[in-house]
Amino acid sequence: MKIRDHSELFKQQDYQEQFQRKKEFENGWPAEKVKEVSEWTKTKEYQELNFKRENIKINPAKACQPLGAVFCASGFAGAMPFVQGAQGCVAYFRSHLSRHFKEPFAAISTSMTEDAAVFGGLNNMLEGLENAHTLYKPKMIAVSTTCMAEVIGDDLNAYIKTAKEKGVIPQDLPVPFAHTPSFVGSHIVGYDNMMKGILKTLSAGKKGESNGKVNIIPGFDTYTGDYHEIKRLMGLMGVEATVLADVSDTFDSPNTGEYKLYPGGTPLDAAMDAVNAVGSIALQSYSTAKTMDFIEKEWGHQKRLSITPIGVRNTDKFFEELSKLTGKAMPAAIEAERGRAVDAMVDSHPYVHGKRFALVGDPDMLLGMISLIMEMGGEPVHVVCTNGDKKFEAEAKELLASSPFGANATVYAGKDMWHLRSLLFTDPVDLLVGNSYAKFLKQDTGTPLVRFGFPIFDRHHLHRQPVIGYQGVINLVTMLVNTALEELDKKTEGSASFDVIR
Amino acid sequence: MRQIAIYGKGGIGKSTTTQNLVAALAEAGHKCMIIGCDPKADSTRLILNRKMQNTVMDMAREKGTVEDLDLEEVLLTGFKSIKCAESGGPEPGVGCAGRGVITAINFLEENGAYGDDTDFVFYDVLGDVVCGGFAMPIREGKAKEIYIVTSGEMMAMYAANNISRGILKYAQSGGVRLGGLICNSRKTDKEFELISELASKLGTQMIHFVPRDNEVQRAELRRKTVIDYAPDHAQADEYRQLAKKIADNKNFVIPTPITMDELEKLLMDYGIMEKEAVA
Repeated sequence: MKIRDHSELFKQQDYQEQFQRKKEFENGWPAEKVKEVSEWTKTKEYQELNFKRENIKINPAKACQPLGAVFCASGFAGAMPFVQGAQGCVAYFRSHLSRHFKEPFAAISTSMTEDAAVFGGLNNMLEGLENAHTLYKPKMIAVSTTCMAEVIGDDLNAYIKTAKEKGVIPQDLPVPFAHTPSFVGSHIVGYDNMMKGILKTLSAGKKGESNGKVNIIPGFDTYTGDYHEIKRLMGLMGVEATVLADVSDTFDSPNTGEYKLYPGGTPLDAAMDAVNAVGSIALQSYSTAKTMDFIEKEWGHQKRLSITPIGVRNTDKFFEELSKLTGKAMPAAIEAERGRAVDAMVDSHPYVHGKRFALVGDPDMLLGMISLIMEMGGEPVHVVCTNGDKKFEAEAKELLASSPFGANATVYAGKDMWHLRSLLFTDPVDLLVGNSYAKFLKQDTGTPLVRFGFPIFDRHHLHRQPVIGYQGVINLVTMLVNTALEELDKKTEGSASFDVIR
Repeated sequence: MRQIAIYGKGGIGKSTTTQNLVAALAEAGHKCMIIGCDPKADSTRLILNRKMQNTVMDMAREKGTVEDLDLEEVLLTGFKSIKCAESGGPEPGVGCAGRGVITAINFLEENGAYGDDTDFVFYDVLGDVVCGGFAMPIREGKAKEIYIVTSGEMMAMYAANNISRGILKYAQSGGVRLGGLICNSRKTDKEFELISELASKLGTQMIHFVPRDNEVQRAELRRKTVIDYAPDHAQADEYRQLAKKIADNKNFVIPTPITMDELEKLLMDYGIMEKEAVA
């Protein structure tokens, strides 16, 4: 039997007939009516109704808190992410991360069911911890929660203490925890809560003499290339750094033919010693707010600028901040990288300058990307941030106001991709920046898509290239300009402007 | 800063007692705060002289999310600068009031509602510790002491014993302790002796016996505490005594709840059932 490819399979006559019969059976609308409504959704009238929408979100660009929590936990050596809650939720976190990184991902669920919802999840927690400890021998178990445990008010702190008192797990096993209700915030808040919980647990009683190191907290950054990049840059600066949490090996481990349950991560002793660093710098602000507050108040580290080093301006600011902290100047090697990045921008700017952009994504990533686009003379027009709050809205507006290229931009905090769809019809742009789900916007509106952020399911290896630092500038400029050029080729095919030189 | 949770059977007078007691503490110069953990949102009415309009959950419902809330909108100041907040919650019969309490307390905590200059934070908690949400005030890092309001009525004592069982669970894993029973008198037979005995069985003390006095109701009708409405009345002094005893209290225990049989025997010993038998 010939096995037909998925892309051809459903175009075959037998399937087409089946679809037709199914439609008849379902009493579907005639094609003309579907087309009519579809056209109506492109109008200004529909947009106004769409923006009045209150009780439904359609394609929100965000995931839920525990996803961020398990991602964070997996960046510590020998740590097992452990979720108090229902099985299905945790299956989703695993598959979501696996689909993005094309790597296996381990996380435990306590499989709460009806009885746990009524009587509380203590027994699930006890059995889960015992099994996890016995079967997987983790060096740390990092506990977060799903909605179910949160609605009934499971008290993680008390449960974990009980588990230790009952001898289910050893007293000295670090078991940090974070309450991560999915119905509040998003994956970036879950990351923040878990990071704070882990650092709080690991640093307890460890305050001692300064170790001379610097803590780098990347935030919810799913580019493994960024982790390699930050370590390389710290090496060039001559700064000894602890990356909290280092997920690079978790999601980018060498294929040796042997499966490792714990492929790497920040060593626990380094994380315990992080309290004794000379200072801490976060590379994102919205995904590390509570963590940085904790570090300032409990560790006594000075509050520093948390800026995502995406684009030249932001990367400059990051190095300035690092120099202030360490007293070390930027070495010639990094200055040369900066020069190359600027050169790349100059080379490509004719095709980016004046282009109109729509962007959708997480707050910190958006702020970095907006900054880079404006540096190239690109004009952000629609900025959609489903998990952005009022603070983000104000910061984004301030950033956009700082450049003439930001003059035509509107920031939509809390809006989703269906809102953006309306905007792309009524006020079209040249390029769209967003994750894989934005491909449906590309399908509907024809706007070319630059894949950026999380999750990216439908293109491979993008996460291996850094997007931060000057090297990141070159990578992002490459993506932006080549997408613009692809589009230019597409539009000029068969004409005199279909040029071999761009 | 001392964080104190007040529990007790529904309708026993927790809110009235708490507000009078806090008014007395504030009058004595302590900086106080009350957090109402009850969807009815009536834990601060006598301090604010009106029913709180902006509960945390009401505002969250209005704005769509608790994240868009500002602290100033839900934290009001009343009699003698007492800070007041109410969790609010769903209408009877729908949703989950317990989750509302969790959300509200998290919000207040994260937004620094407690401040460094507060001496006492009181949580006035609805009825029994029926679910995880209503235990929120006694979780790690929050209220370390609990007072149970009760009376000589059997069901109030039953509730007090039941709440002690809840505390026991949290006392073993966390640091929460029972500070005593507050007897809000209903003029039942041998009430003083009965509650003193119940307290001793639970391993604690009856910290104060608040006599029944209609002045409390007269003040309540005017949306005031007795301290505010009739500061010279004898009942105001009762609340002042209660306040002083709580401020000076050093007696914090892990409670030793009793069985239903023991509770019935207690009532028997103090003559309630016996009297009925004679009659």
